[in-house]
Amino acid sequence: MRHLLSTKTISRDEAIVLLDIAEDMADVAGREVKKLPTLRGKTVVNLFFEDSTRTRISFEAAAKRLSADVINFSAKGSSVSKGESLKDTAQTLAAMGADGVVIRHHASGAPLVLAESGWIDAGIINAGDGTHEHPTQALLDAFTIRRRLHGAASRGRDLDGVTVTIVGDVLHSRVARSNLWLLTTLGAQVGFVAPPTLLPADTSAWPATFGFDLDAAIDAGPDVIMMLRIQAERMSASFFPNPREYARGWGLDDERFARLRADSIVMHPGPMNRGLEISSAAADSARSTVLEQVANGVSVRMAALYLLLSGDREDS
Amino acid sequence: MPKERADNVEYLIRGATLPDGTRSDILLAGGRVAELGSGLSRAGASPIDADGLVALPGLVDLHTHLREPGSEQSETVLTGSQAAARGGFTSVFAMANTSPVQDTAGVVEQVLALGEQAGYVTVQPIGAVTVGLAGRQLAELGAMAASRARVRVFSDDGSCVADPLIMRRALEYVKAFDGVIAQHAQDPRLTEKAQMNEGALSAELGLTGWPAVAEESIIARDVLLAEHVGSRLHVCHVSTAGSVDVIRWAKARGINVTAEVTPHHLLLTEELVVGYDARFKVNPPLRRREDVEALRAGLADGTIDIVATDHAPHPTEAKDCEWDAAANGMVGLESALSVVHASVVANGHLDWADVARVLSHTPARIGRLDGQGRRTEVGAPAELTLYDPSASRVFGTGDLSGKGVNSPYLAMTLPGRVQATFHQGYPTVLDGALLPAAEVAAARSEVGHG
Ligand SMILES: [Zn+2]
Repeated sequence: MRHLLSTKTISRDEAIVLLDIAEDMADVAGREVKKLPTLRGKTVVNLFFEDSTRTRISFEAAAKRLSADVINFSAKGSSVSKGESLKDTAQTLAAMGADGVVIRHHASGAPLVLAESGWIDAGIINAGDGTHEHPTQALLDAFTIRRRLHGAASRGRDLDGVTVTIVGDVLHSRVARSNLWLLTTLGAQVGFVAPPTLLPADTSAWPATFGFDLDAAIDAGPDVIMMLRIQAERMSASFFPNPREYARGWGLDDERFARLRADSIVMHPGPMNRGLEISSAAADSARSTVLEQVANGVSVRMAALYLLLSGDREDS
Repeated sequence: MPKERADNVEYLIRGATLPDGTRSDILLAGGRVAELGSGLSRAGASPIDADGLVALPGLVDLHTHLREPGSEQSETVLTGSQAAARGGFTSVFAMANTSPVQDTAGVVEQVLALGEQAGYVTVQPIGAVTVGLAGRQLAELGAMAASRARVRVFSDDGSCVADPLIMRRALEYVKAFDGVIAQHAQDPRLTEKAQMNEGALSAELGLTGWPAVAEESIIARDVLLAEHVGSRLHVCHVSTAGSVDVIRWAKARGINVTAEVTPHHLLLTEELVVGYDARFKVNPPLRRREDVEALRAGLADGTIDIVATDHAPHPTEAKDCEWDAAANGMVGLESALSVVHASVVANGHLDWADVARVLSHTPARIGRLDGQGRRTEVGAPAELTLYDPSASRVFGTGDLSGKGVNSPYLAMTLPGRVQATFHQGYPTVLDGALLPAAEVAAARSEVGHG
């Protein structure tokens, strides 16, 4: 794997290899010495054009556990926000000898532009681009689901027949897009539930079902229900009348949580708006994987860095 | 030093194919088409072998961004004129979104004068509809019309005249001098932060959609306004199948509306956005295959009157970046005729007489531009383009003559080639190569003083 830009182009076998390596990485995390020497001498740059402390810390922890040198390049408040271009930044990082660049960018497609530009030769990991994709989030979600369903017997397994309902701001969600492609590639059936204003105008190319009725989706008893975060800026742009009405229609409140199938998994990519898209009872329950997702994020990102940057990576 | 040119330099073009398919020699003398027929001879005239070449009337572009004054790093009147001549154009209408905006007599006269100095093409300034393109208050339309630039086309292009009352007033007001409002049809609220055509692909790519309805609803409103006040409306760069339907309906109803389509909307589709290569970022955006087909059909049946380039040069840094940060627009003058050839001539939608109509006669008529867009007949001004339809080339930066290299066609194989362009009787392009600026300016001043 040369870059990790999107889940759309990842094959089932590639995904399973990555998830299995993440299992190995998770084993390391359980050891007393949590470090591997694998990426000693390699430099990983966290290039964040958008604030996301939790994602940056997760990648930083992953790189350090593999013994890589980590440079955090926060583009917010730096020369970049004063007009330095992506191109100049990339060439600077190339001159500094970056082997891997983890990029978070507000513009959809920026990681692909970086990977194909010739400005820099490093392996590129997309850590979230605009409203396009967030592949490591989808990988950690798949990893989390697989572990919940198959436990210690997870290695080598896919998600064949697993039903996943994703609820909320699908239109603006890179998490939704990356999960759509990855989970369906792994054999899961994905259904989206949202107010009509928060679904794309044309979803005909998405291999999923679409609905507006969360109660019906809950009564259908999905294996997984994933609640997406509602960003503050949606509140004032007439996507829905107000937060109260949104919560009433599309929030996983206590009543809906109580009706959910007893063994359904409750997921959220974080950070959560408690009381809006998810109630505290749901978020903090034993069925919730919110904290596991955080822990698994480090393992999955270790696996991604390993595949991109360790010696035997293909250079084509 | 430019070599001295007598003002009676004459060209005898031998064996050209006229747009109607007939073969003829063409003698250009005294700035006019002096003789037509076979076996012409003229002592002292420079001979040009046009065997196999189509002789089109000099092309007229109703929609060009020349960027001067204000953005001379992108293009100047001179370099834009050179790009135009290279593409077979003898006249361009210069859009008003310069800095300062072309919203006063002074600025339009300045652009006119720069065009005259360059001498490659007739540069006809377009006037802004509203002061500063801000959409609030009418610009001095009458003063621009009465100026030496004789402005007849008014447009806030780049922005839509969104306020219906301002649009109504503008449509009414320009009746006083037979003007036309050229509308950039884009509802601003429906296209906030828009990045590409809204549809299945924008959903996948996570780019904010530019829905077809944002264009179609403005066109629908404007044709009804034009009908109500009995005015003339021109719709810039129509890009959707629905817009073609609305315009077809309006024409059937007798509404005085004309419409243009760009070469890129006739050839390219939104699929090109997949790699986030900002060369394909343009406003209105590239649309679906169905839209391209509807635009071709609309051009063929006359619903769409003309092809106009929307030539929009940008410096490289404006495109060498992530998609959201990139500027909208493509250069189009140099490639226009080849792209029209590829998209609507090669498949039989248009013949060369139609090309003469949509790229010369009708744009000159819509813009009320004298001396351009005339049929090649004895006595007509010597505005002529010789095009080799049998040529084929991989389009590259060497085919560009303006400052901008933001062409979507780089590395694509395009048919045809402009072999020669004549403006006011003198050549601006010969053997496919642009003539030097000093030589053209000298020829121009001979004509001017002749
Ligand atoms: Zn426009």
